[in-house]
Order: sequence, then structure tokens, then C-alpha cells
Amino acid sequence: MRLFIKNATIVNSDGTKKANILIEDDKIAKITDENLDADKVIDATGKLVMPGLIDMHVHFRDPGYEYKDDINSGSEAAVAGGVTTVLPMANTNPVNDNAVITRDMIAKAKARGLVDLLPIGAISKQLKGEGITEMGDMLNAGAVAFSDDGLPVSSSDVMRAALEYTKHFGSYVISHCEDCSMCRSGVMHEGKVSAILGLKGMPREKEEIMVSRDMLLAKLTGGHIHIAHVSSQWSLKMIEMAKKEGINVTCEATPHHFTFTDENLMNYDTNFKMSPPLREITDKEAVREGLKSGLIDVIATDHAPHNVDDKFTEFDHAAFGILGLQTLVPLTLKLVEDGVITLEDMVRLTSKRPAEILNLKNKGAIEEGYLADITIIDPDIEYVYDENLNKSKSTNSPLFGKMLKGAAVVTIKNGKIVWDFPNLMA
Amino acid sequence: MSYKRKDLLGTRDLSSDELMFFLDYAKEFKNLNNQSIKKADNLRGKTVINVFYENSTRTRTSFETAAKRLGADAINFTASQSSTKKGETLIDTIHNMEAMKTDIFVVRHNCSGSVRFIAQNSNACVVNAGDGLNEHPTQALLDLFTIREHKGSFKGLNVSIIGDIEHSRVARSDIWAMKTLGINVTLFGPPMMMPNRVDAFGCRVAKNMEEAVEGADVIIMLRVQLERQGSSTPFPSTREYSKFFGLTKERVKLANKNPLVFHPGPINRGVELNSDVADSECSMVLNQVENGVAVRMAVLSTLIKNRG
Repeated sequence: MRLFIKNATIVNSDGTKKANILIEDDKIAKITDENLDADKVIDATGKLVMPGLIDMHVHFRDPGYEYKDDINSGSEAAVAGGVTTVLPMANTNPVNDNAVITRDMIAKAKARGLVDLLPIGAISKQLKGEGITEMGDMLNAGAVAFSDDGLPVSSSDVMRAALEYTKHFGSYVISHCEDCSMCRSGVMHEGKVSAILGLKGMPREKEEIMVSRDMLLAKLTGGHIHIAHVSSQWSLKMIEMAKKEGINVTCEATPHHFTFTDENLMNYDTNFKMSPPLREITDKEAVREGLKSGLIDVIATDHAPHNVDDKFTEFDHAAFGILGLQTLVPLTLKLVEDGVITLEDMVRLTSKRPAEILNLKNKGAIEEGYLADITIIDPDIEYVYDENLNKSKSTNSPLFGKMLKGAAVVTIKNGKIVWDFPNLMA
Repeated sequence: MSYKRKDLLGTRDLSSDELMFFLDYAKEFKNLNNQSIKKADNLRGKTVINVFYENSTRTRTSFETAAKRLGADAINFTASQSSTKKGETLIDTIHNMEAMKTDIFVVRHNCSGSVRFIAQNSNACVVNAGDGLNEHPTQALLDLFTIREHKGSFKGLNVSIIGDIEHSRVARSDIWAMKTLGINVTLFGPPMMMPNRVDAFGCRVAKNMEEAVEGADVIIMLRVQLERQGSSTPFPSTREYSKFFGLTKERVKLANKNPLVFHPGPINRGVELNSDVADSECSMVLNQVENGVAVRMAVLSTLIKNRG
């Protein structure tokens, strides 16, 4: 099978050029000025051709909460968002804390065949934070990293063991940073807006205390700590200091944290309720600056589907989290449009650095010999993100029903077209 | 009629005209309540349900009295004795009661924003009788009514709100309404009971009890909301609270001439308010209760007219 993409504007993290791409089977065979014969030709005039996006933080709710999303619907949402590799978190039911669940998740994704699914195993058994899981066994089964995401590991001793053990295997730990002794039923960022609304707040320091602890544990162990969904200015300051000290730390930011602030909560819209919460403009600006400077390694969506009933309720009772996979491209392109990052930075943040962190040698760039995971993006397309486009089983996004600009219009996985924006490529 | 809305959810977005309209209208009902036959027919044939997800004595009784004096069929719904205990959602409960052709819901709920959520999803009129830490608008209206009754106007008045500001929906509704009316508001309370970003309210913040009371025309003492504090104790002891944050007769002397002392009730005697103040002539506690019925009659009557 030969697929030919002509008139492509190829965006890699180190530069942009115009060329044609020949894909043979699952590989990028040739990047050329020539016009070549193929079984199928895609004219990418006016489009951006990027390496397939890698989302290092999603929730597919499978097994256990398949009514929110499952591996099939999650895979479909991923490719519709231009994402070809996903790392689903372990807070499933049963928890992905053993090799059997890990294997089952991978097998299900392979059967659907849309994305590479690289599971994140639990740090602790049943996410209880008390003892680490059989990480070696899970890595053999296909897990790539470990996290109790959603439930921070309160015990420093357990976190230390996790860092030491994953270092032994060349893996890493992802930390959801929250000092839960400060939780106090918080439902949003503690600040002016929470004071006005009378909603219980979560101070930045609740996150920063844990970031600080985890930096120190990484220093102690030499293990690799990856800080999930960084949301505060001081968290970033500490990560910057740790990086300068040579501590093995990476971090991610989500599109919602570089797009929205707590001001968006003024109408108690539960679709803006998330953890960590949307913070203030200074934090948002710090995240944007961190993306620009390279301090923040990757953009990850923290795609967190929730059934309508989980959100159509009192704010205090609503679930934390929003959809992210199908809004990743428009929100990141907005960063480009705002002049915060370049298109090359976008590739660095959404594909190149994730591939480096995950040690995936054949992903993260459009290069001859690399895997043909490719996302073709139309930066100018305007559309309503609605039930016609949504592939998730859930609709919990504040952007649902809104006009968006920019989308993945064709997604190619292993040399096969797995997503074609409706009524566009006909 | 200068209030055109379906619901009364808070005072934060009310204009000065809207606030004054309710206060003026409430005067008519206060006059009615002072007559031997306290009955009007503004709500005759209408159904008012008091939907209370939190325990309440005075607010619920006040609303019930107001509705009945206006001729409505007033029904009390208590969540602890309802299908809520069987897992029914808030909106399903509301829709079920709405299907019984309810005209007005008076709602108290322990979650901020929940009454707005109900109003957005119900065709009936909705009155906020206290939602979480957010607002309690009729309390603010009755406070304003009582202040105007005794002080004549709001011009140049200094009001001090003292106590558990963070957990007080009364404080929020009072602050928003008083600022709209040009009243000078001072806030004071234990640091653990003040919002971290108290500047959000745009009020003067006093450093101690003496500074808070000095020069005040009205002192609003808030109830210590022990039930909202969660598991952690926000202050060392009630003894210490009384010493540093309680209102005593001596401290009242620092206020302006003829100060008014308010408390939304129920009072924790000896904690936020000493009995020698609570039972003194400056105490407005029972006036507040009395005026609450008139204000709530004005609110219910207005909303039913707006509904048509």
C-alpha cells in the first residue's frame, strides 16, 4: 500500500519545509520534491503536516467506567484529535495495577487498531498509596510509566520506593501533585473568584508543596519524576530550579490550563471544574511562558470523560475533569496564533519531546524510515465542535457546541488513514 | 415595578433601584403584619414549596409565614425526609415538585451555586434562601430594611461585619448590597475565617475588634458556622474566640452614637455575642426577624407578578 501526500507543509520540531511524502506500508519511505505514483493521493495544499501527536495523559475509563468512554471510543476521539499514541492512566476499575489488566488494555486497543496505547500502571496497589505494584511485570506486559493520578501518593516513603524501582527498569513516575491534608473539600482554585462565589478553594500551595517534595525525592533517588498537569507559577519555578540542578524531572501542561482561568467559573459551569483547578492569570501566563521557553516538556490533555449526570449537578458534587483530545489542536494552534509558541514548538510539545521521554525512536518527526504516524492539520478550518464530530461517549467540555478554529483533518496511523474530517476530503 | 426577573438568586447583580424597590414594597407588608388580620391575596391559589436541604428554623418559618399571609398554599419539603435519601438527584426532585404545578420554590441548599442551577432548570420562580457559602439575599434585604428603619437612610453609614466571613452567605449578600447602596463596609474576623483574598470584596479590613467597632453605625455579628468548618477546628477555643472576636458591652461603646447590633441567628451566646449586648436596646435581632417576614412577602409577591 502506497500513500502519497503532496504539496505538504511539513512541520518538524527543528524546522518547516514544503515537500511531498511517500508512505509505503507503515513507514515514511520518502520525502521528496518528485511526484510519485501511489494507491491513494492526498493533496495537502494549505495544510500542516505534523508527526502524529502523542498524548501522555488520558483517561479512557476502560475497564470499569465504559459508560464514560472505553478504549474504542477513546481511540476514536484520539485520532479525531490528531493523536496517534496515548498513555491512559491507571485509575480504572479494576485498577491497572497488574500485568493482566495492562495486557488486556493493549489487546483491546490493538483490536481496534487506531492508536498505540501505552498504559500507565498504578504506583500503588489499588491506588491506596501503601505499597508499590509489580512494576517490572507490568513493564514487561507493555506499561511505560507509573502513576496514581487522581490520588496523590501521600507517603514520601512509597514515592521514594517508586522512584528507586522505576529507575532500575529505566521507567519513570508521574506525580499528581496535591497535599491532601489541605484538601478541605476544595472544588476550585482558592482566590478572588472562590471568595466571591463562596466555593471552597484549593490553594496553589497544595500543589506546590507536593511538587517540592517530589523534586527532593527525585534528587535523593536519581529517579525520573514527571509532574502531571502543572498549573501554578511557583510549581514551575521549582521545576526550573530542579532542572538547573540536574534533577531528573520533566513536566506537562494541559490546554485548559494555558487557555482558561478561574474567571471562567463565575457562572458555576461545572464543565470548568477540574483538578488541578483553573488558576489565575499569573499562573496561566507562567504556563504559557513555560511552554515557550521549553521549561514545560509536553502538552498533555488529561482527557477526562464524565457522563452527563456527573456534571449536571450541584457544583460541589460535580466530577472533576473535562474532555481534551478533540480540542488539543485548536487550543494549541491558538497559542501559535497568539504568538506564544511557533508551529515547530507545537510539534516539540505534542510529539517530539513525548517521543524522547518515552524513548520511542521511530516517532516524533516526519523523517524517512520513521513510522508513518502523521497528523494533517488545517489551521484555518472553522467548525462547531458538537455531537456530529464528538467521538467520546461524554460531552463534558466547556467548548462543546462552540465554534473552534483549526483541526486535524486527516490522521494517519501506521500508514493507514484512521480519521478524515467529515465532508472535507471528498 | 422595577424588579422584572423570574428569580431572586442573590444581591451581587442587583441594582440600587432593584434593592430599594424591595425595601419600599416591604413597608406595605410590614403595615399589614401590624394589623390584627394579617392577610392579603397576592398569592391566592398559588403554590409555594420551601425546599430545604439544610436545617432551618427562622428562615423557613419566615418564608412559610410570608407565603401563607399572602394566601398561598405553602408546603415544606425537608430533604432529610425525602427521596433524596434514596439517591434522587436535585433536579429530578425539583422537576417532580414542579410537575405538581408549583409556582415558587424557596430553596436552601448546602452547595454554593445550587439555587442558580435550579433556577436555570425550572420554569417556576426560585428564591434563594441560602446556598452554601454564597448568598442569602433576603437576609440582606431584611438587614437593609431594619437599618433604614432606624437610621433613616444609608448615606454615609458605616457598617462592620464581624466573624466568620469566609463561611458566611449572609456576609456576602450584605456586602454586595451595601456596596451597591454606597455604605462603607468594614470586615473583621479570625484570620482562618477570612477568605485568603478578602480584597475580592473591596471592603476595609480591620486589624482587631476595637478597630472594627470604632465608628460603626451598625455592627453585624456573624454566627460561628461550626457545622461548616469540616474536621479541622478554625480557632483554639470558644473562650479565646469570645476574648478576641466577640462583641462585649465595652466594645460597643467604641461605636458611633446609637449603634445597631445585628445577628442573623441563632446566636451562640458568650461566643460571638455576649448576653449583655444581645439583650440590650441596641440589639436588632428580633427586629430583623420581624422585618424578615415583610421583606419575604415583598419578594414572593413581586416574583409571582413577574411570572404572570
